[in-house]
Amino acid sequence: MSLAGFEIEVERTGATGLETEEMTLNMGPQHPSTHGVLRFVVKADGEVMREAIPDVGYLHRSIEKISEKVGYHGFMPYTDRVDYVAAMFCNQGWGMVCEKLAGIEVPKRGEYCRVIASEFNRIASHLLSVGTMVLDIGAATPFFHAIREREKINDLLEELCGARLTYNYMRIGGVAWDLPPGFAEKSIAFLDAFEPLIDEYNDLITYNTIYLGRVADVAAISRADAINYNLVGPNLRASGVKYDVRRDEPYSIYPELEFDVPVGSGEEGTVGDCFDRYVVRIREMVESCKILRQCFKQMPAGPVIAKVPRKFKPPAGDAYVRVESARGDMGWYAVSDGSEFPYRCKVRTGSFAAMAIIDKVSRGLMIADLVAVIASLDIVAPEVDR
Amino acid sequence: MDAAAIHQRLKARFEAGVGDCDLQAKDPFIRVDPAAIVDVCRFLRDESDLQFDSLSNETGVDYKAKGVIEVVYHLYSYPHRHAIVLKVDAPRDTPVVPTVETVWKAANWLEREIYDLLGVTFEGHSDLRRLLMPEDWIGHPLRKDFVEPEEYHGISTRRESLLR
Repeated sequence: MSLAGFEIEVERTGATGLETEEMTLNMGPQHPSTHGVLRFVVKADGEVMREAIPDVGYLHRSIEKISEKVGYHGFMPYTDRVDYVAAMFCNQGWGMVCEKLAGIEVPKRGEYCRVIASEFNRIASHLLSVGTMVLDIGAATPFFHAIREREKINDLLEELCGARLTYNYMRIGGVAWDLPPGFAEKSIAFLDAFEPLIDEYNDLITYNTIYLGRVADVAAISRADAINYNLVGPNLRASGVKYDVRRDEPYSIYPELEFDVPVGSGEEGTVGDCFDRYVVRIREMVESCKILRQCFKQMPAGPVIAKVPRKFKPPAGDAYVRVESARGDMGWYAVSDGSEFPYRCKVRTGSFAAMAIIDKVSRGLMIADLVAVIASLDIVAPEVDR
Repeated sequence: MDAAAIHQRLKARFEAGVGDCDLQAKDPFIRVDPAAIVDVCRFLRDESDLQFDSLSNETGVDYKAKGVIEVVYHLYSYPHRHAIVLKVDAPRDTPVVPTVETVWKAANWLEREIYDLLGVTFEGHSDLRRLLMPEDWIGHPLRKDFVEPEEYHGISTRRESLLR
């Protein structure tokens, strides 16, 4: 039988060689590697992206508007929902900005409780980030190693405040409860078991050749770009800027604690590539362990919360505070008009800036690298939309 | 450099374009004329003793009683580790402020958000579209006189209270 008339054109060539066509792809809003609900419109030529335009807003819950309706104390549980992976920092940010407005000082033990809760939360958040990054790239096993340890931290935090994700632990003026009996011993036991595991992560993931092939030299962000786009936290430090709010604009009891600020050095490729952003998080977990050990050693006795009136009416004015969240410098801006309700509240989160830079860094990358970029920037979609 | 010194530098360079400096505020701020904001920002970024290389935050506040929308800029300098706040007033009925996107790229999304939620138009912005709300949304939710529509595309925004 003749196939004449059924030939398929397999290759089209033009004057400049092989002819190609741009194609528009839709990634998301429901996609397992977008860490929440967000959407990208990808213009690609074959496997190479011309651009990836983020489309956000699917998780906009108008948290800032809610603050204007529920009052200062009542807003605390809502702050958990800003970034549910690292809710302690949102609690702390709101607490700190209210304390700054009203000039309240938190008792020493309250500050220690805050730092202990936050640093545990930082480890948990980084574990999730590292675990899902490896999962997104295609390795399923290390994810469980990370999540297993995160569960143990969740257990500890549950003991502390009764919740595993949306903690609502802090209050304006301190924290809701002191550490439960036996918490310090359990925490030290956890740290003793956890610290050697970081070597396990390094063996399993960090220096794995296949993994390095996917993340080294991919989507390097220069120091100048990182600052210009206002990247913060681990993403900024990966680009070689040694800046940590805890060290450089100290708040709470961080001046009393000793810790290093790991920065990206381009050890496996270029400074500020996906590998640097990943490895900075691994090293920050080690530092958090150090901080936690010091906290349990130095913690004084005393009250955990200052006397704050139930009808909380800070004097009129505005205040801005920076908190080093797991996703970096989180800015809380609040305006008071002297009434019981905040006049305006604004959260500038780490993921927000990280989302804005994707459009730029994705140009010229392969489509498969987009998930590595999103994961390495540690984007949590609700934090972008609020 | 502290806020008073920064204010003096700006006052010497821009005179009428720069207003008062409130040193009593929790975070000292400098009022700037909308027409001068881009030049002031570029000056703050480029001078070697100021070097505000990062725009930490930009937001808007609707002061309905005063009839203005205030745009607030929180700047930070990584080389010098100092911060300053700038405030620009725009009339509430036609709020137009020049964009600082040309100074810091971070302003792109921050200004889109302000445009979306407060309805401030940023002149010269490269991509001024709604960011968080749907494209066909009417109104700007963070304005104090915003009334939530009763439905959106046939979806009711009202819900009976379950506590009764």
